[in-house]
Amino acid sequence: MRVMAQMAMVMNLDKCIGCHTCSVTCKQTWTNRTGVEYVWFNNVETRPGLGYPRTYEDQEKWRGGWRLNKRGRLTLTAGGRVRKLLSIFANPVMPRLEDYYEPWTYDYATLTTAPLQEHPPVARPKSLITGEDTRITWSANWDDDLGGALEHARGDVVLAKVSEQVRFEFEKTFMFYLPRICEHCLNPSCAASCPSGAIYKRTEDGIVLVDQDKCRGWRMCVTGCPYKKIYFNHRTGKAEKCTFCYPRVEVGLPTVCSETCVGRLRYIGLVLYDADKVLEAACTPDDTGLYEAQRKVFLDPHDPGVQRAAEEAGIPHDWIEAAGRSPVYALISTYKVALPLHPEYRTLPMVWYIPPLSPVVDVVRDTGHDAEDTGNLFAALDALRIPIGYLAELFTAGDPEPVEASLRKLAAMRAYMRDINLGREPNERIPQRVGMSGESMYEMYRLLALAKYDERYVIPAAHAEQAQRLEESVTECSLDYEGGPGMGGSGPFGETSGQPVPVAVENFHVLRERQTSDTAAGRLDRGARVNLLNWDGNGRPDGLFPPRGGDDA
Amino acid sequence: MTVLLWVVLPYVAILVFVLGHVWRYRYDKFGWTTRSSELYERRLLRLGSPLFHFGILFVLLGHVGGLLIPEAWTDAAGLSETAYHWIAVVLGTIAGVLTISGMAILIYRRRTVGPVFIATTRNDKLMYLVLAVTILLGLGATFLANVAAGGYDYRHTVSPWFRSVFLLRPDAQLMAHVPVLYQAHALSAMTLFVIWPFTRLVHVLTAPVGYLTRPYIVYRSRTPRPARRGWAS
Ligand code: SF4
Ligand code: SF4
Repeated sequence: MRVMAQMAMVMNLDKCIGCHTCSVTCKQTWTNRTGVEYVWFNNVETRPGLGYPRTYEDQEKWRGGWRLNKRGRLTLTAGGRVRKLLSIFANPVMPRLEDYYEPWTYDYATLTTAPLQEHPPVARPKSLITGEDTRITWSANWDDDLGGALEHARGDVVLAKVSEQVRFEFEKTFMFYLPRICEHCLNPSCAASCPSGAIYKRTEDGIVLVDQDKCRGWRMCVTGCPYKKIYFNHRTGKAEKCTFCYPRVEVGLPTVCSETCVGRLRYIGLVLYDADKVLEAACTPDDTGLYEAQRKVFLDPHDPGVQRAAEEAGIPHDWIEAAGRSPVYALISTYKVALPLHPEYRTLPMVWYIPPLSPVVDVVRDTGHDAEDTGNLFAALDALRIPIGYLAELFTAGDPEPVEASLRKLAAMRAYMRDINLGREPNERIPQRVGMSGESMYEMYRLLALAKYDERYVIPAAHAEQAQRLEESVTECSLDYEGGPGMGGSGPFGETSGQPVPVAVENFHVLRERQTSDTAAGRLDRGARVNLLNWDGNGRPDGLFPPRGGDDA
Repeated sequence: MTVLLWVVLPYVAILVFVLGHVWRYRYDKFGWTTRSSELYERRLLRLGSPLFHFGILFVLLGHVGGLLIPEAWTDAAGLSETAYHWIAVVLGTIAGVLTISGMAILIYRRRTVGPVFIATTRNDKLMYLVLAVTILLGLGATFLANVAAGGYDYRHTVSPWFRSVFLLRPDAQLMAHVPVLYQAHALSAMTLFVIWPFTRLVHVLTAPVGYLTRPYIVYRSRTPRPARRGWAS
């Protein structure tokens, strides 16, 4: 047994209202820069729908993740090492910008500067890639709330797996939101795909990061990640991904997306797992066995034997204690209501989801029945094969059983708690029907419904004696950035050479430039290029240094 | 003059090439990238880029064979001069054609695809120019010397000179009477080596061959790496 700790997340989909606050705050913090305009480390998809980038779940097309070869060995879907190196000059299956969307802004200045004219002026959309006028045809959530419903929902890869009739009913009846971040997988195929070895998993907390100094822009990771959660920064020529907000997590704060979530539906905590079993679990022959197999990799933090082994593995005492209080472990292993997203990709994802019961509740209520009655809800669960089939394709590689079990527990909790809330005698038969005690059902209710801040987030701070400097940068390396040529502009050897700049500093410069510049889009950041080879040492060429005061911005 | 061109210049080029890379690696690891533009345009790139890259790798192999391996060795291996010559010409032409057509597609793409052109820096343009001139001169020299002028055996002049530079016994006289196209090609190549460390060509030196042997998943500790300048730790 080799015990390792992993920072993990669970999202309770029932509570997501699809407000995109998480996406926006995340973008504001991390990807509000040139080169990553099209990037959303956190995005929220409406299901059924195409997702972002479009149809990313179609691994026949995008070739992400792992699969078992004929001899039952784990191989990268996109091909092994030799194949990767041979196709290094042009990645054959990299999504195009159109598969995400072409980012744009509006030429707002015309609204105030246009001369007096008969028709009111319009702010034209400008492409952030070319700076030219553009037509907006897609975005990261174009099919939000089933906008353009059938036409887009039909393209849903998951929906295509359930039968024709089911599909039609589904389109009429169901909709829910799926917020997604990088899964910080136990067996990350992004890292395995990187020829340079720049993507690594941190031993202390399992967060998967890209070393910006080692990345050479080969783009194999973009293909390798089945969730398409690695993005290529087209300005710096490097890969970037969700960092699990490690500068925050290291000091005990939840990630930005969690902290700002309106539905308060995200849980963060530690999970202890046996690193020796990861490969074995990923090699489970049946896709439908992967959910169970992955759960078996996790270790019970209350078990004294595990605690001892963890101690021996060098995991600090307070971390082991925090793992015992982890809401993530409770939801995954104790209550067994949380499920992994697409376990069939075999990366062992570490962001799990509690499937939504609300579509079922809605149906019961719409038909005039009591939607808080276990009998009604259970009957509905039995009758509504449709959403369960769909959810099973998402969370358990098609096996309806775990999804149903999870939904039954949620339904039972609803009914059980109603009695308590109305001051009636609680009906102990309800929890028994789903194999729980009244007490643990109440505990689950506390965690899911009351969702207190310090119960949702149990994040032990990083240990100072082993901590990286806790500064904010996607790059996970310490930087001498003051006055560095990368600051908000371009260095001499390319789009951004020199040393990477903490994201907050770059954001600050880019925002200021954007808000004070005369051009709508595009060239503004790129104008600031300078080539030292053409500089004779006289004067100060434009762009050699980033703009300093507000006066020359 | 001969000494300047064929003794001083090569050593300057080597020095700049090596020190330039060291310096760039220390100062600018973050800028050390291929700066791929595949995200903007894929169709032409998928055609042009492998053509060019595989072509240029063959060209490189050809140079290793032609410049580093003395004639005496191939003779000893029983390869006659004419046989060698024809092999070199045929393989060289194939590689050259691959490279040139790949490069033509890539340059066309750079110029005509809007976002790719915008992402092209002046540094890139200079690099493209020197690289293209070098390749064209090389191909021109081979073509003219072999086809038009009926064969020129550079293995008596250019190759020994090249080796002499690396053996630290530079013999400039060897290059003095070489056809001018060969001379131009060599000079242009030296220019290329001088600017190399300061362009995107640096990606060549970090070709990821280690990928073949390393374990798939990389683990790394959060523990600080050795302190960098400017930080007390
Ligand atoms: S989800 Fe994250 S950790 Fe997993 S393969 Fe994709 S980028 Fe890597
Ligand atoms: S902020 Fe919370 S409720 Fe809003 S979309 Fe994101 S996950 Fe859903």
